[in-house]
Amino acid sequence: MTAATGSKPLRPRDVVIQVRDIFDRHQSLTIVIGAIAVIFILPFVATLPPFNGFGKQNDWINTFADAGVFVLLASGLNVVVGLAGLLDLGYAAFFAIGAYTYAYGASSFTGLHIPFWIMLFVGAGVAATFGLLLGAPTLRLRGDYLAIVTLGFGEIVPVVILNSDQLTRGTNGITGINQPDLYGILGINSFGFQSPFLYFVTVVAIVTVAFILLYRLQDSRIGRAWVAVREDELAAASMGINTVTTKLLAFSIGATTSGLGGAFYASKLGIVSPDQFDFTVSFTVLAMVVLGGMGNTWGVAAGAFIIFEIQHQGLKTLGDFVQSLHIPTFALGPLTVDLSTFNFLNYQYLLYGLALVLMMLIRPEGLFPSRRRRRELHAEGDEVAELLSAETLEPT
Amino acid sequence: MSTAFASAEPAAAATILEASHITKSFGGLVAVHDVDFTIPAGGIVSLIGPNGAGKTTFFNIVAGLTEPTEGTIALGGVRIVARAARSWAEPFFWFAPPVVVWIIAGALFVAGQEIAATVALLVSIALLITTLLIAVIRPRWYVDLLTRAGIFRSARPHEIVALGVGRTFQNIRLFANMTTLENVLVGMHARMHATLVDAALRRRRHRTEEEESREEARKWLRYVGLRGRDDIVARNLPYGDQRRLEVARALASKPRLLLLDEPTAGMNPVETGQLTALIGRIRKELGITILLIEHDMRVVMGVSDRVTVLDHGDKIAEGTPEEVRANPKVVEAYLGTAAT
Amino acid sequence: MSVLSMASTRRSLPNIPWRTVGGMAIALVVAYLVILNASGPQAQEQFINALTTGALYALIALGYTMVYGIIELINFAHGEIFMCGSFVAYLLITTFGFSGAITDLPLLAGVLFVVFLVSMLSMGVVGVIIERFAYRPLRNAPRLAPLITAIGVSFILQNIVFVGISNSVVSVPKLIPFTILNLGPVSIREINLVVIVLAIVLMVGLQLFTTRTRLGTAMRSTALDREAAQLMGVDINRTIAITFFIGAALAGAAGVVQTQYLGVTHFRIGFQDGLFAFTAAVLGGIGNTTGAAVGAFVIGFLQVISSAYGYGRWNEAIIFATLVLVLIFRPTGILGQQLAERA
Repeated sequence: MTAATGSKPLRPRDVVIQVRDIFDRHQSLTIVIGAIAVIFILPFVATLPPFNGFGKQNDWINTFADAGVFVLLASGLNVVVGLAGLLDLGYAAFFAIGAYTYAYGASSFTGLHIPFWIMLFVGAGVAATFGLLLGAPTLRLRGDYLAIVTLGFGEIVPVVILNSDQLTRGTNGITGINQPDLYGILGINSFGFQSPFLYFVTVVAIVTVAFILLYRLQDSRIGRAWVAVREDELAAASMGINTVTTKLLAFSIGATTSGLGGAFYASKLGIVSPDQFDFTVSFTVLAMVVLGGMGNTWGVAAGAFIIFEIQHQGLKTLGDFVQSLHIPTFALGPLTVDLSTFNFLNYQYLLYGLALVLMMLIRPEGLFPSRRRRRELHAEGDEVAELLSAETLEPT
Repeated sequence: MSTAFASAEPAAAATILEASHITKSFGGLVAVHDVDFTIPAGGIVSLIGPNGAGKTTFFNIVAGLTEPTEGTIALGGVRIVARAARSWAEPFFWFAPPVVVWIIAGALFVAGQEIAATVALLVSIALLITTLLIAVIRPRWYVDLLTRAGIFRSARPHEIVALGVGRTFQNIRLFANMTTLENVLVGMHARMHATLVDAALRRRRHRTEEEESREEARKWLRYVGLRGRDDIVARNLPYGDQRRLEVARALASKPRLLLLDEPTAGMNPVETGQLTALIGRIRKELGITILLIEHDMRVVMGVSDRVTVLDHGDKIAEGTPEEVRANPKVVEAYLGTAAT
Repeated sequence: MSVLSMASTRRSLPNIPWRTVGGMAIALVVAYLVILNASGPQAQEQFINALTTGALYALIALGYTMVYGIIELINFAHGEIFMCGSFVAYLLITTFGFSGAITDLPLLAGVLFVVFLVSMLSMGVVGVIIERFAYRPLRNAPRLAPLITAIGVSFILQNIVFVGISNSVVSVPKLIPFTILNLGPVSIREINLVVIVLAIVLMVGLQLFTTRTRLGTAMRSTALDREAAQLMGVDINRTIAITFFIGAALAGAAGVVQTQYLGVTHFRIGFQDGLFAFTAAVLGGIGNTTGAAVGAFVIGFLQVISSAYGYGRWNEAIIFATLVLVLIFRPTGILGQQLAERA
């Protein structure tokens, strides 16, 4: 097992290792470059077949902007579930809190028109506060209990919003919310409803900043503490890690990110209502994290993007396609299957549920796993094989 | 990380640890019964006894993982562990003020003073947040307040580490999927002070601390004899090296007192000899006091200044290794009454 | 593990824990007075409604607590089993062609028997299948994995009903006549009586099963110490499967009760009522079947009392707040043991 010296043919594996190395050393730069690439490449790809068959470029860009919000959400939940190992089932609650905070701060409903960029921070901050309030008493509970409590919280927030008619206009929601605004910079004021491209660029910018911060945190003392707490909470505590504050930090960061996403989302849509924030949203984001690759920020982002696009462009078009085939109705036991009115969107949660179960059984590390995660979840044999084949061994 | 308990380091305390009347019962089973124990600074003390004698339970009490039913433990003169006094009251401590304000808010609301009621509501939330922030950022104040309210709770494991106690585990508890270096870095967690903001902004304080910590971590690894294995995942280390890594990880927190729970379990004689030598070096070169649970008598006799023997939860003997070895009660405990 | 309390009660003759019974009696009286204050003449009916709702939740909560006691997993899909049970009842009743109350007593008894039997057995089987294929492979995986799988299963079940049967509220014919029986000072509707009696019968049956039969003892010992039980020759896989079967069967019965008592069902009731039932289980002491029943009745009363005082809309918030408060102040529940939760 000596290190290989001299020149050797370049294998795909080596390329991956070298790219990974460069990324590790210049993280922030890589992220920014990636963001710029995304801004240019995605809209271009949307004009290519088969994607241009699914919708016009502007539609695509609009979904990209919405997907960006969910990428942000998934990255935040990744910190909670993937890094710290806490199951948060009420993530949508913080999404709602951020959105409604923005609606209070910048809309015709309250008459306040605090600038967009400030309200983003305020929304995130309010959500963070609620994250702290909820987390402080409950994070010392075991994982299962925490899951239920967060589930309950995720249920309560929309219910409270729904029932507090005077404050929130209940089920009608709040309308007339201000759009993002550059206040004259680059000659742009309010974004309006015409071009989705501005929204797209803005959300990519927000996600970029978030990613840079998240990667930096992962690569620091707190990041190690999260992994340690997830691996062995007792040992982590015995090494001086305050497990409660460590978990609280992860939880709050998740809440902050969610609130940030909520604020932007409210601003983009112009309207918020309680039914936008029910459990299916929490569940979808969880599915994105699990399928994308728990613990891996970019993996989760990719998962979020893919799932969102399937949800919003893919399934609808698939439904249209199947409808056009005019397959007659048939019976399946007590259930009648009528494909002419088949709406794939109804099935999506069924598919996510199935996907989650299969993922946990077959590939729990997700589609784009982090190195550490793959290590954790697969046998030692793989690791040894990897060691033997890599040129990373030093003479001992 | 600020500690909630100890204030300044005690000036050259002769006794590092003092345990008085420690008793621990689980329901009907008494695991540890009225044990007194002192550890002199700079000494190596071994705790021995047949299986089930209560040694690991005692360890866990010292390390803060479990609370004694009776008795106290003082570290460097500061009481850190004792049976919780009114610990159930702690949540009330948090919620009583906000609840009072809620009631006031309710009364105001009913009286038609809606604005005042909302203000009161916000005040109650502010109270909660303030309590939270105090507990998190200034734990010392928090514990002071609690003590003033008559509530005592034992130091939690991470607070005990910050007070200068490090430990290893009987069944190795490394972070199996982290690398060797990362394991040691986690051991240094309590000594590193760069904040979240420093890390997020990649300030110089963070970068310097990370680099210096890595250097120090490598130093610790070399000290225990693990050179050049920095990036190997802990799970893949051979058994003996895993034990050494645990020691390195514990040393990284720069403890005053090191608790070693059966550090040579499962080792062959050569490895055992190496580890015994390491223990001696730790005391001599680093001045760290050591409390050792051991079954291997060669290690106990070879390296200890004092030996304490537990049997079925009771302390049955204490003294120098020679004294203890000759003590008939000890022989009886290990071999049964038939032996002489 | 609080199943210890299961082990300690009922040896040969039931030795009644007087303090608990006394406490519950007082609580019931207080509850009645509270309801009386708000509802006046309807207090008796509300009180009985509370008992009935509590009975319904108890049947669901038992499954949660038994499964948690034996494999320390919150079975998120359990609420969905309750929901599916109600839809099985719906399909059976509508397929048989019944559309209203059945006055002929033997026929009513027969139909109910069949509906309950089919629902309970089918849901029991579903429970076993879920355990076998979704949870058993993950028994040694990190805790997060089976929790996520459970959520996945929950969504699968919800959406099968959503797309396969109905996406909105479904009304189910109530077979039990709405007549009021006057038993002395108490007037109670037939349906309420049936539900309460049924719940008591099932719960007593469960208690007898777990304390007197070999399988029941196997269940308790597996919950206490799985390895020791295994060494004693207990077939762990089978025992766990049986636990799931019984829990799911009880949830299936609860599903039938739902249709007959409330006359409606919906693909989301599993989610909502599941959360309430789980709160009940935690309130009573997770792992403790008596506690689950007690907790369920507490939740039932909370619901009725809040409605009586006009806060019906805030039901979920109140019950959730209860859950959080219990977990903070007394995580082991009302009847649970003092297990330390701290690391």
